[in-house]
Amino acid sequence: MSATKAQAHSVVVPTATTKRIAGTIVILYALISMLPLFWIIATGWKTPPDSISYPPKIVFNPSLEGYCNLFTTRTRQTQEYIESLGEPRDTCDAVTRQREMVIAGPSNYLPRFINSLTIAFGSTFLAVSFGVLTAYAFSRFKIPLADDLLFFILSTRMMPPIAVAIPIYLMYREVGLSDTALGMILLYTAVNVSLAVWLLKGFIDEIPREYEEAAMIDGYTRLQSFFKVVLPQAATGIAATGIFCLIFAWNEYAFAVLLTSGEAQTSPPFIPTIIGEGGMDWPAVGAGTTIFLIPILVFTVLLRKHLLRGITFGAVRK
Amino acid sequence: MSRMQKIPELTARSTPQAVANAMRGLSDKAIAWLFILPTMVLLLAINIFPLFWTIYLSFTNYASNRPNRPVQNVGFKWYKDILNSPEVWSAMQATAHFVFWTIFFQLVLGFGLAYLIDRKFRGHAFWTTIILIPMMLSPAVVGNFWKFLYQPQIGLFNYAVSFLTGIDPSSFEMLGSVTLAPWAIVIVDTWMWTPYVMLICLAGLRSIPDYIYEAAEVDRASKFRQFWSITLPMALPFIMLAVLFRGIENFKMFDMVMLLTGGGPGSTTELASITLKRQAFEAYRTGYSSAFAIILFVTVFGLANIYVKALNRVKQR
Repeated sequence: MSATKAQAHSVVVPTATTKRIAGTIVILYALISMLPLFWIIATGWKTPPDSISYPPKIVFNPSLEGYCNLFTTRTRQTQEYIESLGEPRDTCDAVTRQREMVIAGPSNYLPRFINSLTIAFGSTFLAVSFGVLTAYAFSRFKIPLADDLLFFILSTRMMPPIAVAIPIYLMYREVGLSDTALGMILLYTAVNVSLAVWLLKGFIDEIPREYEEAAMIDGYTRLQSFFKVVLPQAATGIAATGIFCLIFAWNEYAFAVLLTSGEAQTSPPFIPTIIGEGGMDWPAVGAGTTIFLIPILVFTVLLRKHLLRGITFGAVRK
Repeated sequence: MSRMQKIPELTARSTPQAVANAMRGLSDKAIAWLFILPTMVLLLAINIFPLFWTIYLSFTNYASNRPNRPVQNVGFKWYKDILNSPEVWSAMQATAHFVFWTIFFQLVLGFGLAYLIDRKFRGHAFWTTIILIPMMLSPAVVGNFWKFLYQPQIGLFNYAVSFLTGIDPSSFEMLGSVTLAPWAIVIVDTWMWTPYVMLICLAGLRSIPDYIYEAAEVDRASKFRQFWSITLPMALPFIMLAVLFRGIENFKMFDMVMLLTGGGPGSTTELASITLKRQAFEAYRTGYSSAFAIILFVTVFGLANIYVKALNRVKQR
């Protein structure tokens, strides 16, 4: 009888009941942990009164007011003045006029968002370029004190950002890099390059040396074989590393808030400063947060197979 | 064949020596250093040079809002002041509370979830991806929107608590109360980073080969015994790695807590990095805050080194 039981299911494959219970708990956790995110996205589609009503409104009439407020600045006007303006030009105009206000101009959200894009992509490009060269050198050549150098590269990540920000702030003030996109790009490149080197070394280590050796026998120089053989082979690793650098630069707040104030400010320090009349404009914050998070959600799905490697600096590879 | 060999030979002879050197001449050693150089220059300029500058500033009375004042050497004054400052000790205590409890809750929840996901129920890959989302978000933006969720009366958090327990939702303020605020930041960090610990634990569980469990089953070890004698010890290096990374990150914690509580109420959630920011960028005590930065860095670096040694010992076992 015990023999038939052993045949029915292997000892390492959980029973159907175990699976069902495990699945229920995990799905429940996933749903609960998505609630805060769902709530802030929903708030983006509420009107300001709906967003602060008690009890919190789960069912509500969606409104574009949050998104309109996010992209515009408004001034309060008298009823007569608003009536004298004639027909509203677009939906946002109409929504704003209902609150006895008129649109005065565009808000800073779009320029801040563009700053985020420029700085994130610029620093990612540099960090990955520097990283792939350094990783290749550490992977293929005998470098004196290689382990110490690699540890040094990693240890630069252990400093609290505020501690680094003090001298950087003074240094940038001296050389005129404070509040410039270039300054932020260089800074984020320096922070990300350690991650890029460690991750890419892992990826390049996995490419058999025989490929390059074969190419070199065929007459390629070392550099040619690096560009034409190794780089294409490492493409997936480079893409994954790039996305990790992009996410860091996109999400970074401490340096951004201390070293930029206007021109080069990115979205994370800007979003918390969105205020309406009489306190935070939560629908606008919700809208701003939603737009800011969409790229991250896309990246998470793209990266899911490489996440583990990325978050442990390549220490865990599966 | 002989014709084909001749072409490279002829080309080689007719190429000027300088060009030939530039094309082929880069030795592996030259390439290695050429490839490492940009990274090293960048790290020296943006990490190491500032670090030495911070060390220098920590011995001076320099203040960044008064750059023209003559700089004086003050010796170890700031270091003595910091070690005797009650403000710094309360910040270190708040940091210790935060680091300890976030790691505790994240380990329990993260390992538990990983263990359940490893039962490989239908759709586990999809739900794992969903669970991972919070840790990819910007800590500052997360802090900002949790401030909204924590609002008394209108916030979702208080409403949910009152819905489940019947307590009046306006009877408590997560961010305004001295007793609750330190837990409010622990809750948000746990929400955000449990997926991280889960992912590493999951890798640990998946690294245990099936045949060990099969052997244990043959030896009639109970499920409980299998968990304590196989699962836990074999996943331990991974668990310790997760603790290391979370420990370092949370010791440095700034953005999420800054946006959520700003260190308040009073200074109950003022973590080390927030004190540092106050001193450096609001009080402009550049020398003092540089000394504090050095103390923090040495602490993280020292603790991490000791811990990595312990981790390696566990790995070798």
